[in-house]
Amino acid sequence: MTTRRDFLQTGLAASAVLAGLGFGNVTRALAQQALTQDQLLQFDGFGNLTLIHITDCHAHLKPVWFREPDTNIGVGEAAGRVPHVVGEAFQKLFGIAPRSPEAYALTYPDFVDLAKTYGRMGGFDRVATVVKAIRAARPDSILLDGGDTWHGSYTSLETRGEDMVRVFKALGSEAMTAHWEFTFGTERVKELVEMMDQPLLGANIFDAEWDEPAFEPYKIFEKGGLRVAVIGQAFPYLPIANPKWMFPEYSFGIREERMQAVVDEVRADGVDLVVMLSHNGFDVDHKMAGRVKGIDVILSGHTHDAVPEPVLVGKTIIIASGSHGKFVSRVDLDVQGGKMAGFRHKLIQIFSDVIAPDADMTALIDEIRAPYADKLSEVVGETEGLLYRRGNFNGTWDDLICDAIMAERDAEIALSPGVRWGASLIPGPITREDIHSVTSITYGQVYRNEMSGETLKTVMEDVADNIFNADPYYQQGGDMVRVGGLGYTIDPNAEMGNRISGMTLLRDNSPIDPARNYVVAGWASVNEGTEGPQIWDVVESHIRKLGKIPALGETSPITVKQ
Amino acid sequence: MNSRRRTMLVAGAAGIALAGLPLRVLAQAAAPAAQPEMTADQWVAEFAGGAEVTDGDGVTLTAPEIAENGNTVPISVDAPGATEILLVASGNPVPGVAKFTFGPLAGNQAVSTRVRLAKTQDVMAIAKFTDGKVVRAKSNVKVTIGGCGG
Repeated sequence: MTTRRDFLQTGLAASAVLAGLGFGNVTRALAQQALTQDQLLQFDGFGNLTLIHITDCHAHLKPVWFREPDTNIGVGEAAGRVPHVVGEAFQKLFGIAPRSPEAYALTYPDFVDLAKTYGRMGGFDRVATVVKAIRAARPDSILLDGGDTWHGSYTSLETRGEDMVRVFKALGSEAMTAHWEFTFGTERVKELVEMMDQPLLGANIFDAEWDEPAFEPYKIFEKGGLRVAVIGQAFPYLPIANPKWMFPEYSFGIREERMQAVVDEVRADGVDLVVMLSHNGFDVDHKMAGRVKGIDVILSGHTHDAVPEPVLVGKTIIIASGSHGKFVSRVDLDVQGGKMAGFRHKLIQIFSDVIAPDADMTALIDEIRAPYADKLSEVVGETEGLLYRRGNFNGTWDDLICDAIMAERDAEIALSPGVRWGASLIPGPITREDIHSVTSITYGQVYRNEMSGETLKTVMEDVADNIFNADPYYQQGGDMVRVGGLGYTIDPNAEMGNRISGMTLLRDNSPIDPARNYVVAGWASVNEGTEGPQIWDVVESHIRKLGKIPALGETSPITVKQ
Repeated sequence: MNSRRRTMLVAGAAGIALAGLPLRVLAQAAAPAAQPEMTADQWVAEFAGGAEVTDGDGVTLTAPEIAENGNTVPISVDAPGATEILLVASGNPVPGVAKFTFGPLAGNQAVSTRVRLAKTQDVMAIAKFTDGKVVRAKSNVKVTIGGCGG
């Protein structure tokens, strides 16, 4: 029986070994902790099939710092359950030593300090090295992309997703599913699908008019004498969480009964293994695993959780592979007589200073970035503190963005979407590329309008219910809307309409008056025809004026009742 | 466009051509305008006609957990062996949405339609069977203003 600790060790050993022992920049600490004989021994392959899973990279081609969340509240049955465990509790649960490489990769404590020690993570030339090494060892493998791949960077916005299609083609990705991909609009999605060597799978993507399947639901792969069905499940709430006017032809939804029907169909076809390539988010996948019968493996995306060991629900294993290129999951399976007889899993941590870049991929990424090199690298200011986003409530990046919106758009209150994408920055220069990492979007106009106190409360309650509804099928993933100029108290476990209290206008410390109108500015409106300057320009302008961004204080105007 | 789409969908479901008379019409005919609208429970009670209404097997209601567009929410009901199905939107100003009647030659007893929902609410399908049983299925459909999933 493999212990929890073994999963972690093998994950890390894999990353180091796969680097082809290229320790050019490895820090002494990392080398000493990561590479022991025991860890190397954990690296043996297992079974007769390998799945390789990458998800939610959000077009981050280059290595990044990415601080994992300090707050990830689970509600209902998910309370206190993985992935709703963070920080020291996460370290204890998985037997991770504080300040170890795993602690740096998977948890937030001592982040800035450890970032300086262990360096950036991810980078698709490193990912390519890992994928090639796994394939060399395991010819019978399938590389799968969980989506949120085409969106999230300066170059992906400029090339309208084409840079990522090229990179994933070069990686040899064999199937994908989608979420933010659709925010390039229906026509562009179709164009990019044409360019790919892989299908975009979505059993739950339907024609909005006729309520009929609109994309291929699954693909059957033949590997090493096995027939493996990979069923795609796109993000269910695209037309609600993102602007549906950009893809009015399509309807999504969880469609549990549809997933069961598709699983039954491929089972009846006699496949040996059923894999769901999902962009549901972890809690939705957990519920679905318990209700849809016949799925062997769920490769889970959307909620960006990096979980170092598989979560078992009945006979289904759920693999969650993090985000931003920090991780690649390798899942070795023993498939016998049409059944999954065993598995072994490694959440491979992509330490960019340890894993040698793949030269071909480096060249491709350099070529993609070359036309924009000057713009990407231009320094627009400096931060004295850590800038991060990930967490249920405002991160410091969000605070800075909201400050920029209020200052540049002369607003009393700022709203910023509670997305989970966007890299972190440790104290030092802020480049234009860094700003795009947390703002790049096809609907970035910063609106400015008046909103009554009552409407503000309604918006806050609505978003809160999308995150903290006790039934995962009613959750949309993401985090609480970020606010500037506004304080509030939230009780995540309360009922819809009763979670938010004590809303206060910070400008004069007055309670929000339901009847008064407030000047509110924000970005990422899902409404068509939204007007205003682009969010990245607003943020850049603000940072340029300040020059140096002081470290933001530890006190927050948001109080969480638990 | 909408009405055409609706017609096509309804026509596409077996047995529907026989029924699909909007209950709003019936309600207005039955009650004077000055009377308050019947509640969802009253709609169910009237439909059941004194029979006990049970929640359970026999009726499958398929509805989205969260509506993509509250103005046109796809709902389908499958109730093999049913003679009538009542569709109720408990949170609408007029909870009664539609009553479907299946003739003896209906190939199956299933309906698909689209419903406008005023707010987050329970949608109910109540089916009457030849043996007099009345069975209800319920599903909560959330109508949201949209957010920012990431």
